[in-house]
Amino acid sequence: MSDIAEKTIDRNTADLLKQVADFEGKFKGAFNIRSNGGCLGRKSSENIKIESKADNPGLDIYIAPNTKGETVFIPACVTAPGFDDLVYNDFHVGEGAYVTIVAGCGIHTETGEPARHNGIHRFLLAKGSRVLYVEKHVGTGSDDTQKIIDPVTECFLDEDSYLEMDTSQLGGVSKSTRNTKAALKDRATLVIKERLLTDRDETAETHFSVELNGVDSGVNLMSRSVARGHSHQAYQSVIIGNNKCHGHSECDAIIAENGKVDATPELYANSGDAELIHEAAIGKIAGEQIMKLRTLGLTQEEAEAAIVEGFLA
Amino acid sequence: MLEIKNITFEADGSRKILDDISLTIPDGKLICLTGPNGGGKTTLAKVMAGVLTQTSGQIILNGQDISSLDPTERAKAGVAFAFQQPVRFKGISIRKLLSLAAGRALSDEELKAALENVGMVAEQYMERQVDTHLSGGEIKRIEIASVLLRDAKVAIFDEPEAGIDLWSFNNLIRVFEEIRDSRKCSLVIISHQERILSIADEIITIQNGKLGLSGTRDSIFPRLICKNDCTDRGICRMEAAQ
Repeated sequence: MSDIAEKTIDRNTADLLKQVADFEGKFKGAFNIRSNGGCLGRKSSENIKIESKADNPGLDIYIAPNTKGETVFIPACVTAPGFDDLVYNDFHVGEGAYVTIVAGCGIHTETGEPARHNGIHRFLLAKGSRVLYVEKHVGTGSDDTQKIIDPVTECFLDEDSYLEMDTSQLGGVSKSTRNTKAALKDRATLVIKERLLTDRDETAETHFSVELNGVDSGVNLMSRSVARGHSHQAYQSVIIGNNKCHGHSECDAIIAENGKVDATPELYANSGDAELIHEAAIGKIAGEQIMKLRTLGLTQEEAEAAIVEGFLA
Repeated sequence: MLEIKNITFEADGSRKILDDISLTIPDGKLICLTGPNGGGKTTLAKVMAGVLTQTSGQIILNGQDISSLDPTERAKAGVAFAFQQPVRFKGISIRKLLSLAAGRALSDEELKAALENVGMVAEQYMERQVDTHLSGGEIKRIEIASVLLRDAKVAIFDEPEAGIDLWSFNNLIRVFEEIRDSRKCSLVIISHQERILSIADEIITIQNGKLGLSGTRDSIFPRLICKNDCTDRGICRMEAAQ
């Protein structure tokens, strides 16, 4: 397959790649760069094979058993006016593999025509595998143009596997709907850390649904969000405990100006040994927090920015 | 020198919390404010720091009228304030908070020194968040460290001893004495604690919003002797002295 050096990456795409995948002209390890539905570059490694799907747009990423310490980069960018991107990526993680997957999507639009990326990712974790999944979503360009990102994620965790998803959307995306579903077998663990910032008239919906089917399986969902301007966020988490398991869901949100946030936790204990907890806190930045930082010499605006930056870090 | 001139503070439009308080904080001195709970000490400290705005009166710092300065400007002018009940921040690390206090990114060595100054083992704390996972004593010590890092002309501490273990307290006393001896800045410490009162250059009592006793430690301290075997000895001393 082609290497990235053979392709020309325009400035907007390079900027997006930098933001979503820390791209500095090259990736160390296996990668595939998707841009406006095409492939800007791809490289497999000895242990990580990236192949195009035959039936749908997208990729099958095969990570060999016992692969240790490798990172695979699968970023996607949309810069073409009016482009509606749909991609199916399946990650097949072999037994005992310990890897990092860096994905993410950036949309840049300036023409007024809406652009969209819909990434449907499936994670198939074999026994004893461990994955850190890092996903950043950004939107750049004209504020008046709709930039829509609708990720769908399905996770299947076999026995003793571990998946940590670190996802962030820190500005510029007009509308997003995130759907994440997971099913866990014995002693599997899922950790999701979500950070979300919306402004102006942006909307963001997050739906998590996790089935804890295995003995001693566990999930920890942590969402931190800031809603500014007239933006609206909705957070829904559903944790279903079907066995001796532990589930924790935590939604912390800061609202500023006219921002709105809904949080809807749902816990279903179908086993007497299920331990499920939900915590949610929504409110403005506490006045005493701002005051403390002002007594350290920060202005009101600097104090608010420091609090938000820390909250979403 | 910080001069408090005829400060009155009214809450709810009419209820006087501070009533015509005037006092002077000389350069390089350690001044203790003491008195019964609810007497107005914390309100006075907050007025000094600009956290509360006086109803009337003036505050002069080294000849400059800072009465109308907001908390940010007051801090930049050189007034630092450690809250009695420190606030917690979800997501802000101790490193970040103390760097904000210092006005620059602190090196590991500087951060280590700042934490050790308040009796904390730096390696265990640098990257921890200033949130609910810290105990009351830990958060209090971080609060004190944040003020010690300010390049302040006047540093105000509101009951710094609260929640602090004996070992850290001894350390804190040493730090206060060092600052006082270096004459780098004036210290105003609100306290009921005998050991803090015993290191003061001057002791000022405040009760019912009014200035009470005021003078050198040697002149005031003996007058606060408690004749009773009670737990809140500071209050008894105050009452005995009236």
